[in-house]
Amino acid sequence: MAITKQIPDTIFAANSFCPGCGHGIVIRLIAEVLDEMDLSDRTIGVLAVGCSCLVNRTLAVDLMQSAHGRATAAAAGIKRTRPGNLVFTYQGDGDAISIGIAETLYSAQRDEKITQIIVNNGVFGMTGGQMSPTTLVGQRTATSEKGRNSEINGDPVNIMKLLSQFNTAYLARGSVHDAANILKTKQYIRTAFELQMRGEGFTCVEVISPCPTNWHMTPDQAVERIANEVLEVYPLGEFVKGEHQK
Amino acid sequence: MKKLMKGNYALAEGAIRAGCRLFAGYPITPQTEILEYLSSHMAEAGGTFVQTESELAGINMVIGAAAAGARAMTSSSGPGFSLKQEGISYLSSMEVPAVIVDVMRYGIGLGNVVLGQADYFQVTKGGGHGGYKVPVYAPASVQENADFVFKAFDTAEAYRTPVIILSDAAIGQMMGSVELPDPIEHDINKFDWTLKGRDARHPTGRKMTDVIYYDYAFDDYDPHIRARYAKMHDELQEWEEVETEDAELLMVAYGISSRVCKEAVRLARGEGIKAGLLRPITLWPFPEKAMTKFNGRIKGYLSVEMNACGQMVEDVALHAGGTKVYSDPTGRKVADSEDLVALIKDILAGKIEEVF
Repeated sequence: MAITKQIPDTIFAANSFCPGCGHGIVIRLIAEVLDEMDLSDRTIGVLAVGCSCLVNRTLAVDLMQSAHGRATAAAAGIKRTRPGNLVFTYQGDGDAISIGIAETLYSAQRDEKITQIIVNNGVFGMTGGQMSPTTLVGQRTATSEKGRNSEINGDPVNIMKLLSQFNTAYLARGSVHDAANILKTKQYIRTAFELQMRGEGFTCVEVISPCPTNWHMTPDQAVERIANEVLEVYPLGEFVKGEHQK
Repeated sequence: MKKLMKGNYALAEGAIRAGCRLFAGYPITPQTEILEYLSSHMAEAGGTFVQTESELAGINMVIGAAAAGARAMTSSSGPGFSLKQEGISYLSSMEVPAVIVDVMRYGIGLGNVVLGQADYFQVTKGGGHGGYKVPVYAPASVQENADFVFKAFDTAEAYRTPVIILSDAAIGQMMGSVELPDPIEHDINKFDWTLKGRDARHPTGRKMTDVIYYDYAFDDYDPHIRARYAKMHDELQEWEEVETEDAELLMVAYGISSRVCKEAVRLARGEGIKAGLLRPITLWPFPEKAMTKFNGRIKGYLSVEMNACGQMVEDVALHAGGTKVYSDPTGRKVADSEDLVALIKDILAGKIEEVF
C-alpha cells in the first residue's frame, strides 16, 4: 500500500524555517491535531518573539504576535474573553523559560485554561544561537564559546519540574528527533487540546527540537545529539495527567 | 442621582459601566483603590479581574483580551507605569484599543507616593519604543474620572489605539460628588478584526501583529503611520477655557493644578487682574488650536504643574507662537492660589523672566 503524506488543511503556506529545524514538524503536528479535532475555526494562537514569529506565515488559524516572553499572559486574556475557543501559545525556550519565566509559572499557578507549547532547542535561534536557560552544560553557543559553565551560568532549567509545583491539568515533554517520538508528541498535543476544551486547566507540552543551524551540525548530527545527549538531561514523558485537583 | 465617591473608585466604577470586562493589574500607590474596587465589583458585572504577577503580565493580559474584542483596562503609577510602556508600544503597533490609567505620583525612580504630576513627558512623548503617540485624557475631578473612561474607550475604538487616562494622586484620592454614567454593554463581536477564530472572510486566519508586516506595503507603512497620527492630532484636541475672553495672562494647567488655577483666576479677577485659564483635557494631542486664538494677543502663558523642572511647559512653548511663556513647576507642593495671584502680578509688572 502506498503511503502519501498529506499537507494538513490548517497549513496554508510552506514554512520558512531552516533545513532540519524541528519547528516545521511541531507546526505540522498542531495542524494535524486541529484538523482531526475539527477545531481550526475556533482556535486562537499566540506567538512568541523569535523563530516562532514565522508561524504567522504558515498556520491557518487566528494568530496574535505577543511581546517577548508575555505570550501566556496574552493568551490568558484571550481565553478569559473567549472561553469557548481553543487558545494556545507557541514559544521557544528563550521566550517561555528565560524572559517569560514569570508569565509561564504564574499562568500555571493560576491554572489558566490555555495550552502552552514550548519548543526547546537550547538556544536563542532567531538572534543567532546564543545560550538559553536550557543550553546544556558544556554546550558551545555564541555567548558560551567555551561551553556553558555551570559555575558562571548555573545549570539548565527543567521547566517541567518547575511547572510540576503547581496544580495543572497536563504536563508533557516530547521530542521530534525520530518518527516514534514525533507520533508521541502529536498525542501529547492532542491530549492537551482535549483537556483544554473540557475546561480542565493549564496544559503545557514542551518539545525537544533540533536547531542544526545554530548547533553547527547537519540535520542528522542534530537528531543524534538529541538522542545521545539532550534527552539525558530532559527525559520525555507525561508528568501530570489526570491528577489535576480542582 | 449624585453619589459621594473617591476619585479612584469613580474611575473603577466608570470602567465597569463603560463595558470594561477585563482588568489586570498590580498594586502600587496611589492607584491601588482602582485595583481593590475592581477585585470585588468586576465579578459582579460578569467580568474578569486578575491581580497579575507584575505590571508586564497585566498589560499583556489586557492586550490579549482587547485583541479578542473585550473592553480591557489596566492601571498603575510612576515606576509601574514605566513597565507597561513596552505593551503600550505593542498595542500601538497592532492598532488594538485599550485603556491604560496612570494615577501619577511624584519623582524619578522609585520617587514618592505623594501628590505629583511627574509623568507628562512619559505619556505624551511615547515613553515606549518606536515613536508612537497615544491620546491622553487628563481628568480634573471625580466626575471626570468616571466620564473619561467612557471617552477613553470610545476614542480607543474609533482610532484603534491605546488611550491613556492621566489622573493624579490628588484626583484619585479626593472625595467628590459624581453622577455615574448609565452603564453600557460592549459586544466582543462588534469588530470584524478581533480574534475570534477564522471565518470565510479570513480563511487563513487573522494575523494580529505589528501592521508593518502584513497590512502595508513597504512604501505605504510610513505614510500610514503619519496619516494615522495626523488624524488623531487634528480631531481629538479638547480643552476647557476659564475667563479667557479678555485675559492678559493665561495659566495653562491640567489635573490637580488646574483646580488651583481656577481659584486663582477667581481671586485675580476679584482684584481686577485679567487672568484666565486654559486647561488641556487632551495632553496629546496638545490643544494647540486653542492657543492659536490667544497667541500674540496676550502678555504671556504661565504653565503650572507639579514636578521639579516643568514638563508641559515645553509643549506650551512649542505652540505659543512667540508669546512669552512663564513656568511655575511647584514640585511636591500643590500650587497655592494666592501665591499664583502674586506671581501673575509680578509677571504683568515685568518682574519675572520668561523661560521661553
